[in-house]
Amino acid sequence: MGLVLLVFLGIIVVAIMWIVGIYNSLVRLRNQVKNAWSQIDVQLKRRHDLIPNLIETAKGYMKHERETLQNLTEARSRAMGADSIGEKIKAEGQLSEAMGKFFVVVENYPDLKASQNFLALQEELSTTENRIAYSRQGYNDQVLFLNNKIQMFPSSIIAGMFHFKEEEFFEIEDIKEKEVPQVDFS
Amino acid sequence: MWELIRSNKRKTWLLFIGMGMLLLATGYILGEAYLPQGGGFTGLFLALMIWAFWSLIGYFKGDSMLLALSRAKEVSHNIHPQLFNVVEEMKIAANLPVLPKIYIIAEDAPNAFATGRKPEKSAIAVTAGLLNQLNRTELQGVIAHEMSHILNRDILYMTYAGIMLGSIVLISEVFLRSLWFSGSSSRRFSSRRSDKGGGGAIAMVAIVLAILAPILSRIFYFTISRKREYLADASAARLSRYPEGLASALEKISSTRLSFSRANSITAPMFIINPLKKQRSSLTGLFSTHPPVQERIKILQNMSRGVNFVNYQSAYQMVTGKGIMPASGLKDSETRPIRKPTGEVSEPASSPIKKRELGDLMRVMNGFVFLICLCGLKLKLPSGFKQSSITCPRCKRSIRTPLAEMAALSGVAAAGSLSARKKRKAMQDAPVTESQKKPETIPYQRRSSGWETMNCTCGNPIQLSPALLETTIHCNQCGRGIKIRRS
Repeated sequence: MGLVLLVFLGIIVVAIMWIVGIYNSLVRLRNQVKNAWSQIDVQLKRRHDLIPNLIETAKGYMKHERETLQNLTEARSRAMGADSIGEKIKAEGQLSEAMGKFFVVVENYPDLKASQNFLALQEELSTTENRIAYSRQGYNDQVLFLNNKIQMFPSSIIAGMFHFKEEEFFEIEDIKEKEVPQVDFS
Repeated sequence: MWELIRSNKRKTWLLFIGMGMLLLATGYILGEAYLPQGGGFTGLFLALMIWAFWSLIGYFKGDSMLLALSRAKEVSHNIHPQLFNVVEEMKIAANLPVLPKIYIIAEDAPNAFATGRKPEKSAIAVTAGLLNQLNRTELQGVIAHEMSHILNRDILYMTYAGIMLGSIVLISEVFLRSLWFSGSSSRRFSSRRSDKGGGGAIAMVAIVLAILAPILSRIFYFTISRKREYLADASAARLSRYPEGLASALEKISSTRLSFSRANSITAPMFIINPLKKQRSSLTGLFSTHPPVQERIKILQNMSRGVNFVNYQSAYQMVTGKGIMPASGLKDSETRPIRKPTGEVSEPASSPIKKRELGDLMRVMNGFVFLICLCGLKLKLPSGFKQSSITCPRCKRSIRTPLAEMAALSGVAAAGSLSARKKRKAMQDAPVTESQKKPETIPYQRRSSGWETMNCTCGNPIQLSPALLETTIHCNQCGRGIKIRRS
């Protein structure tokens, strides 16, 4: 009788340890996703900081492109105001689009393109775009790990019990946007 | 990725242990041949001591020694923003905890190396010629390759393997030379033969070993080195997602006729391309530190489907007919698409603009101050320039030099009579204690509305952008505030 009880207790202890293990790995993955997102956030903020400088530089040369500059400014403030990750992804996509349009317009202003200041800003912007791209890849990798764990069988039960939610991928939706991050005109 | 590094480590350890055994065997047998009674253990002990001593030095000082040997200079962001940005991008892609230190070597020959015993203490050094000849994507490829060396812990292994090779060469050399130069050696050996039968045989074995061991260990060393280069290429393609960048960089680097003078046969494997010799026939393949460049380029160009390790493996098979990746690397099944080309064009390195840029880069590194006269002429002043004003050779305007201004302000003008180098050092030492008391602010009058370089009183060069809006900036070396008046 005692033996059966012991075996029973043993099974319960093992089961609890197993649940704790899966729970902890889920928490770890969720934190890694958060950390990866904060990496992207740093770069997005960098981009937001660069845009006023860019507009300031371009203003002198682009007298007749008020609309383009206005769009860029608005897209920037929308992106800065976005709260949730989903909103941010959308707003940043729009900002990328506005920047793409801006750089198409720049092609018509050879003086601006040749100015030292603009070249330096362009380097800063292209590195920011690259950094966003690389940190986005890291974020998506982490999200994939988390979502797999949440969807796959035994861990899906525990994830359901403790309300772990799947995270969104940071994808570029539009083909037009896909071309945008390359701001290299050199 | 981590799985690959681990398996990579295991294989390297095998070669590594092989070299270690060779070192101990050499020490033992040469000792035995020299002193038959217990000499073997003395030899063993000596070999171990030499190895341990050098290893300790290599572990703690290896990186700074390598950097000092190649006269690399640590640079700040404003000296070459693009290089810093590219390293930062690769740091993010590689998920490295800290940014490696960045060094520039004032050399025309394009080359690069990475150093540091662990990722937290790593450094990347590139030559000025490399920065000058490559465009952004090519530079990214090279930095990705160096970053892979850091990430895969290649530097530590290459340092230790190099030390073992060095110890074996040293012990064998000493032994052979002692035979050659001491006339009594033949008598010693013959007398030994009379008291102990095996003495002569041991002596023969020792001589053969002293000749063979250095050759054998070189083969070991270069085998490790070549394998590491391929793996670093594979990881570089994966990190940058653009193998074409590295391929075209390798092409440019290998086609240059300039040679890199500050490298030797032990440090050669650290560089991205062997700095010593041009690639030779496959007969000497066993003794080359790097795989043939053409092969490396061909493999990278054959990666058309993606940039993960499986893609590299199939490209490698296509070119050489063999495999290179450890099995664990082939689990890397996730597809990683290749980035779009950016359509960058770069000027050929022989163009006058590029040559001037290269000269300017070297000057900025050596503390030159660039002043732009109102007529548009760029004046380049060395850091030891003492006069308070200079006349523009084109428009005859008199321009006040910032150096004299700074020196007068911080009161180190007295150091002006010293040589430029000492003065810079004095400038670096003196203000630190001052600024600890109160972070002072120094005024600076801008010379032009374009780009210009100024030197902070601590000697740190600061680039001022034409679009700089702030009126006060802070020196990133001493933290001093600089109040800027526009021209």
